[in-house]
Amino acid sequence: MSIFVDKDTKVIVQGLTGGQGRFHGLRNRDYGTQVVAGVTPGKGGTDVEGIPIFDTVEEAVVATGANASFIVVPPRFASAAVLEAAKAGIPFVVCITEFIPAQDEAMMYNTLKRDYPGTRLLGPNCPGVITPGQCNIGITSGDIALPGGPVGIVSRSGTLTYQALHELSQKGIGQTTCVGIGGDPVPGTNFIDCLSAFESDPETKAVIMIGEIGGSEEERAAEFIRDHMTKPVVAYIAGVTAPPGKKMGHAGAIISGSQGTAQAKMKALESAGVIVAKNPSEAADLMAEVVSKL
Amino acid sequence: MDLFEYQGKQYFARFGIPTSPGGVADTVDEAVAIANKVGYPAVIKAQVQVGGRGKAGGIKIANSEPEARKHASNILGMDIKGHLVKRVWVEHASDIEKEYYASFTLDRSAKLHLAMVSAKGGVDIEEVADSDPDAIVKHHVNPLDGISIDEARSIAEKAGIDQPAIGGVADILVKLYDAFVKGDADLVEINPLILTPEHKVHALDAKVTLDDAAGFRHPEWEEFRVTQEYDGREKMAKERGLNYIGLDGSVGIIANGAGLAMSTLDVVNQVGGQAANFLDLGGGADAKVMTNALEVINTDDKVRSVLVNIFGGITRCDHVAEGIIEALSRVELRNPLVIRLDGTNAEKAREILQPYVSDKLILRPTMLEAARTAVELANGGNVK
Repeated sequence: MSIFVDKDTKVIVQGLTGGQGRFHGLRNRDYGTQVVAGVTPGKGGTDVEGIPIFDTVEEAVVATGANASFIVVPPRFASAAVLEAAKAGIPFVVCITEFIPAQDEAMMYNTLKRDYPGTRLLGPNCPGVITPGQCNIGITSGDIALPGGPVGIVSRSGTLTYQALHELSQKGIGQTTCVGIGGDPVPGTNFIDCLSAFESDPETKAVIMIGEIGGSEEERAAEFIRDHMTKPVVAYIAGVTAPPGKKMGHAGAIISGSQGTAQAKMKALESAGVIVAKNPSEAADLMAEVVSKL
Repeated sequence: MDLFEYQGKQYFARFGIPTSPGGVADTVDEAVAIANKVGYPAVIKAQVQVGGRGKAGGIKIANSEPEARKHASNILGMDIKGHLVKRVWVEHASDIEKEYYASFTLDRSAKLHLAMVSAKGGVDIEEVADSDPDAIVKHHVNPLDGISIDEARSIAEKAGIDQPAIGGVADILVKLYDAFVKGDADLVEINPLILTPEHKVHALDAKVTLDDAAGFRHPEWEEFRVTQEYDGREKMAKERGLNYIGLDGSVGIIANGAGLAMSTLDVVNQVGGQAANFLDLGGGADAKVMTNALEVINTDDKVRSVLVNIFGGITRCDHVAEGIIEALSRVELRNPLVIRLDGTNAEKAREILQPYVSDKLILRPTMLEAARTAVELANGGNVK
């Protein structure tokens, strides 16, 4: 079992004919992901290494029965691409595009919520999702993941996600699914969505959660964990030493006034019974302890 | 991008938000000329992007030309919390009957726009939020719906805005929302929004943060961009496409990925050091990017050691290692380099670097060990 994606997920890549889309789309296929089509307006009828290209998402869905989309298009086209996928009935959309204007993101999120509640958006500005051994949508390097569980990973940061995957795999601890929710202020999928899915997934026995400064999603996740989760959670929050008022690389990673500090997040998680690590390696060590007691 | 007050007022004017007549001046003579034109009393305001200008003596009222000259020459060139005053805004001093507050921003939790309006303006709004939270009306706006004039009116009424000001405040709220959405701002704030004895409402200050990601559809932002003030190193990094933030410590940091860079700062701190900067190389880390990063950090006199922390995913560690070797042939480093490479092709990377290992190039297997070594070196220790 896994969350969001598995071996039966059929993926289209919006932007497959571009440099980034081609690189990551083909890597995902090489990993074993069912990449069934690409979509680029005006390039319908062509193909990328045998993957057929369609002009619209709708045509691609009709022809292939795709049920997920991977969006790799420039920021100015990204929100339209997400909404096109939703309109075509795609239930799961991964958007890795960084630097989408915040106003577009807010509009996109609320349009999905009101008009296309059946579509889950992961991202934007995220590394994607991988169910090791089955399906990899996004830019995660598949060879650092280890299939079989029992740990689920949810993270706001790309490289720290890879770090967590790698450290667990090195210790021989597999992962059910690893979800990168992205570092933007309005993520389509948040910590709670993933924690709740992991809680319901019988094969996931424990969860690593990686947060960072900015916003209050980690605090909300802490409340959810306290009230609804039976599985152990290990957390790491980056940015303890980040100065206020500076965007630390991600649009959403900023301490505004006294809001969004790593200290407040760690405290909230600790009081909800979460095991909080001081650095990524310690998180992996603590998870190894948790797993050894399962 | 944060705008200066005068730019914020010019921005507001484009959306029809009333402000006091005034102008911006770089010199004392220009400031006096503007004061003469707008009429006395005139207020002369330092243009710096830091709070507490008034208390620091950066805002003065002039009742005559000699006073305007005196204040302008005192304020121009003044240092306010490390910010040099290069410009002043001069406007006719308004008679104030009441001071209000209005802003729009994004509520990240609700994922909706948030209007905040208060009849208690003119003071730090965070203080009002602490001492008298009920004095601030918070109202969510769905971006799909926008805000109507009737809605704006009801917000103003709920906030306890005085009756003669309701119409003016509501009108400004609708325009301010326009400035927020169409103007692609992360924040628009008016504090204070004033009511004059003639029952006119207008903006006495302007705080605007523009969303850099939307710059592609706002060529007109170029005029704001040229006035942005970065320290020399931040500017150099920006020109080279690096994501850099200067800090106060002595350990230079280079990492790939924002999360890992932030985490590296934390780990350096945990082992007793202080980072000199945040630097995210981004996706690629080839010789050019690495050279750029090392050159930027090399100009920082505070730096005593440099910690390179790379996790290879798509970025392959052997490429990074080759990049480091090539960068070192181009840059004469002042400080020792401590390198931790892990992930894709890390073994190969270590083999590439091994022949170059010296007391100036040190390899460490984990992030924690690398941080310890970098901190020891920065604190004056020797490492074998």
